Formats: sequence, structure tokens, C-alpha cells
Amino acid sequence: MVTRRRLLAATAVAALFVTAPARAQERLHVVASFSILGDFVKNVGGDRVAVETLVGPNGNAHVYAPSPSDAKKAADAKLVFVNGLGFEGWLERLVKASGTKAPIVVATKGIKPRERAGDHGHDHDHGRADPHAWQSVANAKIYVANIRDALIAADPAGKDTYVANATAYLAKLDALEREVREVIAKVPADRRRVITSHNAFGYFQDAYGLSFTALQGVSTEAEASAKDVAAIITQIKKQKVAAVFLENVTDPRLVQQIARETGAKVGGTLYSDALTDEKGDAPTYIDLIRHNLRQLAAALVS
Amino acid sequence: MSTLYEIFIGPFSEFEFMQRALAGVLALALGACPIGVFLMLRRMSLVGDAMAHAILPGAAVGFLLSGLNLFAMTAGGLIAGFVVALLTGLVARTTELKEDAALATFYLLSLAIGVTIISLQGTNIDLLHILFGNVLALDDQTLLLIASNATITLIVLALIYRPLVIECVDPGFMRTVSRAGGPAHLAFLVLVVVNLVSGFHALGTLLAVGIMMLPAAIGRFWARDITLMILIATASGLVAGYAGLLVSFHFGVASGPAVILVAGALYVVSLLFGHVGGLVRQLFPGRHLEA
Repeated sequence: MVTRRRLLAATAVAALFVTAPARAQERLHVVASFSILGDFVKNVGGDRVAVETLVGPNGNAHVYAPSPSDAKKAADAKLVFVNGLGFEGWLERLVKASGTKAPIVVATKGIKPRERAGDHGHDHDHGRADPHAWQSVANAKIYVANIRDALIAADPAGKDTYVANATAYLAKLDALEREVREVIAKVPADRRRVITSHNAFGYFQDAYGLSFTALQGVSTEAEASAKDVAAIITQIKKQKVAAVFLENVTDPRLVQQIARETGAKVGGTLYSDALTDEKGDAPTYIDLIRHNLRQLAAALVS
Repeated sequence: MSTLYEIFIGPFSEFEFMQRALAGVLALALGACPIGVFLMLRRMSLVGDAMAHAILPGAAVGFLLSGLNLFAMTAGGLIAGFVVALLTGLVARTTELKEDAALATFYLLSLAIGVTIISLQGTNIDLLHILFGNVLALDDQTLLLIASNATITLIVLALIYRPLVIECVDPGFMRTVSRAGGPAHLAFLVLVVVNLVSGFHALGTLLAVGIMMLPAAIGRFWARDITLMILIATASGLVAGYAGLLVSFHFGVASGPAVILVAGALYVVSLLFGHVGGLVRQLFPGRHLEA
């Protein structure tokens, strides 16, 4: 898997060197607001498009503060891709400050927004719509279609390339969605409840029938108190969840104790808002969904 | 009444991790508090702290060699602690160097060796985080270790009680009547190490010294008799352990520091109002006489 990816990357780099001089002028400079969106744009744009992401891998778009160089990136871009649904609260000011003439493309256009229900004190700085629409692969396909149309509008000469790239990528997403459904289908009905420390899986829940609940009251990375641990255990018992994903609890001994006392499985990290860097578990969107799926399957399918 | 139950007993009846934590700190207090009293009476109150530093590198090396493994970390800590304790005792009894100076040199060397080994390994782990035990996450093995350490401590203490007390009170007399002083002293130092290692699994290295020394100081303010002093120290250690866990449960503060802070509060009360040399007693001795 890793070697294949490396091979692909090497080929891509080689291709870049071969074609770069000829295409240097043609490459369409665009900006995407965060890493997952940037990955979509890269897949559709191929080597006709140079993508820069404002919030890079492992970054948190919720609390991001744009820098002057971000304003410059936006000013130079021909297109600015954003998620919308209130995800990038900082974007409006950035666009104004940079004075960019580039059209803003909202990638979630046409996606039915989901109300943020049961959002207990998880203080995200956006409105009532849940912005994490990419967590459903079906939605990701809408992102890709929007990106394709926007790129064609900005660069009509590349239409064939964009359509071909988008079609190929959509086929991969179709396969990915089938994979998700197959794995989730294996989870017994009584084990489909999960607690996570980040409330970002609402679309995944609606699309694939797993129930996610956010962990309440524990947000600190400092040493957990007896109160925190008791709260986690009470919630697991009360909601009869089958697995809990605790990114915030770093002490492995404590995680084992919680698992022992509740009988719930304690899983690893689920990625929600950002890709990891190349060395991480989720350098691309497809890797991210696959990683999350593996984690869920490991915890839920006995 | 039900609210009283919820405040004082509920947390322990409802949650298994609280029961384990309670068993852990109680066992720890049973062993460590008597040790603390003897340390205090021998003017070795800071030895616990120095020993904790001596143990730390051993435990860290154990961790580096085999991960978060109870036995490796325990063995590493015990070896480092024993070596420092034995060398200290040897040097103090055979050369001009006094006990405190000998201990200072050896624990600093142990610390330096530990840090060097860790840096040579080049791992970038947050050692402090790993080395701070978590009283909320005691598994069966760790509990068993703490409990057996407390048992061993009490038995050995009973065996060497006489020479230990006499040496505390009158070392010169002890030397004229018996040769047991040296072996008893060494056995005592070994017990200090054993209890610090227990404490470091439950509370973390630095707080382990707290559960040893604070109750001893509390006992000093209430009793002149050494037996009573040990009993009061142990009782206040037990109370601090129980109340500290409750504080952590109800107010959401980290458990280890909560236990020590409760002991600290008891200490302040004793310092002010203690029968033996408490500040208020010293300021108003008349009332004592009239009463």
C-alpha cells in the first residue's frame, strides 16, 4: 500500500517536471480553504490546476486565524473554494482584506444541510447547520461535481480534462461508498452506538446508520480528574455504546481502566476535519474515510 | 441522608475505578506514613525527595527498555533506589562524609545517568507524563504490588522497630548496646525505596513523597509518644487519601494533587491548633493550663 502510494507520488513528481515548463503559464492557480477540499480540487484539476490550501494538514479550520500570506494566496488565485455552511467563519474577512477578484465557489452547494442536533456545549463558531458534510461519501460526490463545474467555468479549454478526472474520481468514490456500506452492514444492530470526542460525524450517521454521540464535558488534555473519568463511564453505560473513541485521553492506563469498567471497546483516532500529512494515516480523503472505517470496524465488529 | 450517601459513599459504590483508587491510596498510606514518621524523627525528611529523584531514572530506563510495563518500571526503580541507598549508607558509615552529603552525591549521579541514557536513546517521550502514576487507573497488578509492598513494610518495620526507635532517640546509646543499628538502618532505607516505588505507581514520584511526609508532620503536632505519632500520621494519611479522592470526584481536580492538598490542609490545621507545639498553643499557653 505504502509502496504503491510512493510509486504514484514519484510518478506524479516526474510528470510534474516533464510538463511543468510547458504548462507553467497555463496552470490555474486556485485556493481551497482546508485540506480535504484541497484534495478534492487536486483530484479534479489534475496537473492543469495548482492548488494551495489555507488550513493545511492537521490544521483546525474551526479556530483558524489567517495570516498575511494567506491573503496573498487568495489575492493571486483565480478561484477560491470554500466548504460553506458556516465552516470558515474567518473567510469573509480574509476575502475582503485580500481584495481578490476571484469568484468564491461554495463546494457544498446543493447539499441538504443537516441541523446540528444534540450539540452539547461543543462551541464551534458557526451557525446551526452542521458543516462537516464531507463525512458522507455521497456528499463528497456533490463537492466533486461542484468543483468540476467551477473549474470548467474558469478554464473552458480544460473541460475534457476536468470531466475525465472528475469521472474517474467519482468512480473511486462510488467504490469507497460501497466499501463503507459493506463494512457497516457487518456491524450488528445493537452495536451501532459510538461516542467520539469530536461531534463531527452527523452526516456519516445519517448516511450509514451508525449513531455518534459527542463526549460531554471532557475537553482538556490535562490530567483527567475523577470527575471526568466518572462522567465518561456514566455516559458510556447510560447510552449503552459499543465503542468510544477518546482522542483527548492520552494516558493508556486510564483508557484501559475505562474499557475494563464499561465493557465498551476503546478505539483510536477518528479523523474529522483535516487530512494528516503524507506520513500520517489519512493523507487523502479516501484514506481518511478508509482509516475511520477500519477504526470503527475494529471496535464494533467482534 | 441520601445526599450524604451520594457525597461520601456513592462515588465508591458506583464506580469501580474509585474503589481501586481508594484501595490504592489506603494501602499506600498504611505503609508510607510510618516510614515518614521515622524519616522525620531522624531528621531525614528530605531524604524521601532525594530518593524519589534517585528512583526516577531507574523507572525511566525500565520504561525505555520495555514500555509501560509494571515489572520493568518497578524493577528499574527498585534497583536504582537500592543502589543509591546502599552506597549512601556505606559511605556515611565508613568515611567522613555525612549521610546527607553522601545521599546528595549519589542521587544526583543517578539522575544524571538516567537522563543521559534517555537522551542516548533519543526517544522524545514526555517522561514526566509517563512517570506520573495515575491513581484512577490502577489495574490488578499495580494494586497487588502496592498492597504487598505495604504488607512487607509493616512486617519489616515491626521486626526492626526497637533498634530503629532507639537509634532515633539516642544513637550513641544504641551503638554501645547493640550492633543492630547499621543493618536496621539499611533495612529502613530499603523500605523507603519500596514505598516510594509503590507511591510512584499510584500518585507519581513527587506526590509519593507527599503522602509519606505530610502525615508524619501532622502526627508530630499531636503526639509526643512515637507509637501515637505513627497512629495519628497513618490515620491522617488514610483520611487525606479518602477525602482527596472525593475532592477530585466532586470538584474535578486531578486526583494525585488533590490527595496531597487535603493532607496539606490537615497539616495547616495541625500547625495552628496541634497539642504539641501548635502555634495557637504557643501563643496562649494559659488556656491550656486552666483547662
